[in-house]
Amino acid sequence: MDKLKILVVDDEFGIRSGVKRILEKFEVDYPFMDEAIGFEVTEAETGEIAISLLKKEEFAIVLLDNKLPGIQGIEVLEYINSNNIDSKVVMITSYASLELAVKATREGAIDFVPKPFTPQELRSSVENITKQMFLKKMTSKLQKEGKQIRFQFLSLLSHELKAPVNAVEGYLKIIKDHKNGDNINAYMPMIDRSIERLKAMRTMIMDLLDFTKIESGQAHKNIQPLDLGEIAKTCIASTQPLAIQKDVRIYLNYNEKVIYNIDPTDFEIILNNILSNAVKYNKQNGRVDCTIREMPDHIEVLVSDTGIGIKEEDQQKLFNEFVRIKNENTQKIPGSGLGLSIVKRILENYDSEIKLESVINQGTTIKIILKK
Amino acid sequence: MSKLNKIVLIADDDFDYLFQIKFRLESEGFDTITASSQKEAEAIIENMDFDAAVFDLMMENDDSGFILAYKTKKKKPKVPVIISTNVASETGLHFNNETSWIKADIYLEKGVESEKIAEELKKFLK
Repeated sequence: MDKLKILVVDDEFGIRSGVKRILEKFEVDYPFMDEAIGFEVTEAETGEIAISLLKKEEFAIVLLDNKLPGIQGIEVLEYINSNNIDSKVVMITSYASLELAVKATREGAIDFVPKPFTPQELRSSVENITKQMFLKKMTSKLQKEGKQIRFQFLSLLSHELKAPVNAVEGYLKIIKDHKNGDNINAYMPMIDRSIERLKAMRTMIMDLLDFTKIESGQAHKNIQPLDLGEIAKTCIASTQPLAIQKDVRIYLNYNEKVIYNIDPTDFEIILNNILSNAVKYNKQNGRVDCTIREMPDHIEVLVSDTGIGIKEEDQQKLFNEFVRIKNENTQKIPGSGLGLSIVKRILENYDSEIKLESVINQGTTIKIILKK
Repeated sequence: MSKLNKIVLIADDDFDYLFQIKFRLESEGFDTITASSQKEAEAIIENMDFDAAVFDLMMENDDSGFILAYKTKKKKPKVPVIISTNVASETGLHFNNETSWIKADIYLEKGVESEKIAEELKKFLK
């Protein structure tokens, strides 16, 4: 358990030991917090002792009496303030004059607990401060992480978009310099490759658009009961041209209606991505089997191919942005490296998941589990 | 083009870029050996002789090019190494040749400067 350090500054022994007893048994909890926060109380009987402790240690909260034997509580508060000490100060005082309250507030005290106080009054003041501190810490952490992820994404993106530009530019320069003689036919393979790279870049731009739509939360979801088999037929039809080129046959196994509440565009993006992978990474004359079936608490969409397969160490990486598995089998297959991460993100919005099983040189099965 | 009798090892995981460097260097009279991954290149460094090397920076690892440069220089200190990258302009990271722990002789920006590779290698191999 995380413990916050509290310094209680009061000349009355009874108050100090009371505070210690109350707070050391107390915990602050939030439903989404990993674990409760407890407290560790240090005592100071004078302002001077408090200042010497503040010089050595950090305290999250200082409970400060104003009327002290030597220097006054308000002077301790001024010390904390002028030395930029990061402690939240609560004044505990028996005669809170308006003048003192104004002065203390100006010096940064964030709460007043009038003496005599009940244990509950003390606890609720400490609880409020603890929650504020916790939330502030979480917010700044999330902001930092958000920015970090954004930066990584953008630098990856510029790298991935630049690669095809460089490749095409490289070919054009070779052609411009007549490096392969004056017969245009000698340049055909280079022109074909340039066109391939441009096509892949277009796919990547389209994928990126899908991706940013998911990222921005896409306000207008059109969630409705859909017959998944019907949508699958459309997706298979749109993958057909690619399949014909590779002599791959796609089979749909689905008998009765399977209804699921989902945005049709989302389901199309998911299935188009998975089907096109199953075709692209298949072998000549291979097959793809798409199965949709209803289970007691979920719906399964299975897409199996007879393709090149994915090595075990590469399987998890696949769901990250811009990851493409590079080997001699994949180097000529265009892809953005975004497809599966898009699919994964969409499914997360439906509390659903994607699983992958693969045997190298035999094929891959993608299993989508749509939670009911 | 007259034969130079110099062998250049090229490593790049971009099929087209690998082809282009190979093509340019061969048309300038170099012989080439190619590798499409850090792993392949490491095997070549271990087992074959070559006179110069051109490495892509990011392959299986973000620093594949550096690792290959280091291994090459360790085994053959005199072999010139070019690292071709498009990382510099993205990250604002600038390499210079004084960064002594990275044992490359020159950094070239991919795409923009690829036609310079042959020229640079000729200077080194004079």
